[in-house]
Amino acid sequence: MTSEFTKGIFKENPIFIILLGLCPTLAVSTQVVNALGMGAGVVFVLLGSNIFISLLKGFIPEKIRIPAFIVIIASFVTVVDLVMQAFAPSLSKSLGVFVKLIVVNCIILGRAEAFASKKSLSESLLDALGMGIGFTLGLLLISLIREVFGSGTITLFAMGSFDGVIRIPGLASQPARVLALSSGALLIMGYLKAFFNWLEFRREEARSWPRVRPTLRLRVAADAQRAPAPAEGALADSAAESAGSVS
Amino acid sequence: MTYIGIIITFVFINNFILTQFLGLCPFIGVSRKTDSAVGMGFAVIFVMSLAALATWAVYRLILVPLNVAYLQTISFILIIAALVQLVEMVIQKISPPLYKALGIYLPLITTNCAVLGIALIAVRSEYTALESFVAGIAAGLGFLLAIVVMSNLRERMDREWIPRPFRGVPIAFVTAGLMALAFMAFDKALLRNLLG
Repeated sequence: MTSEFTKGIFKENPIFIILLGLCPTLAVSTQVVNALGMGAGVVFVLLGSNIFISLLKGFIPEKIRIPAFIVIIASFVTVVDLVMQAFAPSLSKSLGVFVKLIVVNCIILGRAEAFASKKSLSESLLDALGMGIGFTLGLLLISLIREVFGSGTITLFAMGSFDGVIRIPGLASQPARVLALSSGALLIMGYLKAFFNWLEFRREEARSWPRVRPTLRLRVAADAQRAPAPAEGALADSAAESAGSVS
Repeated sequence: MTYIGIIITFVFINNFILTQFLGLCPFIGVSRKTDSAVGMGFAVIFVMSLAALATWAVYRLILVPLNVAYLQTISFILIIAALVQLVEMVIQKISPPLYKALGIYLPLITTNCAVLGIALIAVRSEYTALESFVAGIAAGLGFLLAIVVMSNLRERMDREWIPRPFRGVPIAFVTAGLMALAFMAFDKALLRNLLG
């Protein structure tokens, strides 16, 4: 049962592993607060649509299931949109059309089609929670990197005398602005995906380790030592490089 | 805004893929070969221009008079889904060669953020019917431009050695990022200089 929940966060993370729902991801990742707002919206819509579709799975005719799913999803998106306009107008303004565009977020239709329309209510619920949280964490990671290095700030919700913006000394005065621009989102997405691929390859190698013959194992180990590993350092380097070339 | 202004804005300054990230999934998914990229690009232009026009009509003539503008998300996505089906059937009947070229891309377009995006943006900017139509064509042209350039770059990259973790999608994203950097040369100042 718990695997239904955790698979969305790590093994099948919608953003980094199965690459779904990228349009809203990159567009709203300029500020941490936008990522949190978008994540909350997606979690709500995913939960609502997965619950409804799981309950209605016996009633929706096979042939018109996709339009039916889309109507259910669009209804929940309208709810999110109206609630956000009423209670968080500034957030709604900065997310713009991307709140409405949750409808075409492939994660939600994908989960409805591949999971909720076949599984029981409790499994669909856990799946929706896991996928939603995985999506939010992925979005948070991208927006944190973009905002910290691109503007030198972390924007959260304003509370009382705290205006919601944490300024990072040193970075706030001279940020790598390219990361805050649209190209920064694409670059970071590419480097993060490469980093996760690299982790995956390393894990695969470790798994096939005992089956390799001893002599070969030594040679592979020597190769691995010689080859430079494209880790997080590569990201920072290239970011600094591209920032340097712009300014 | 003049029609030329709209065209320049949507093709270059607010290029849907490179500055707004709308339609990113097909952009990464269908840009391996130039042939399929061109097919996808034209299918998108076709659907986007019609969708912008159809959603304009429904919004102005049905939703606003009935005072139910909040239903726009639901109605727009249904219109787009129906429109894609209709276009598919009409093309199949009228021009089989065109259907053969565009057919497999059409179903993918229903869940393309760019199509719903242009419909919502046109309504939000309060364009007239013709302006919406022109904006749809221009945004589609921007998509075509980006995806064709990208597919050419990716065909060239296939012949180069790329570190294993970067192969496939990651290098495509990095390339798109550099393209977006190049597109930053087009900004509002350009439009002002061109049109006075």
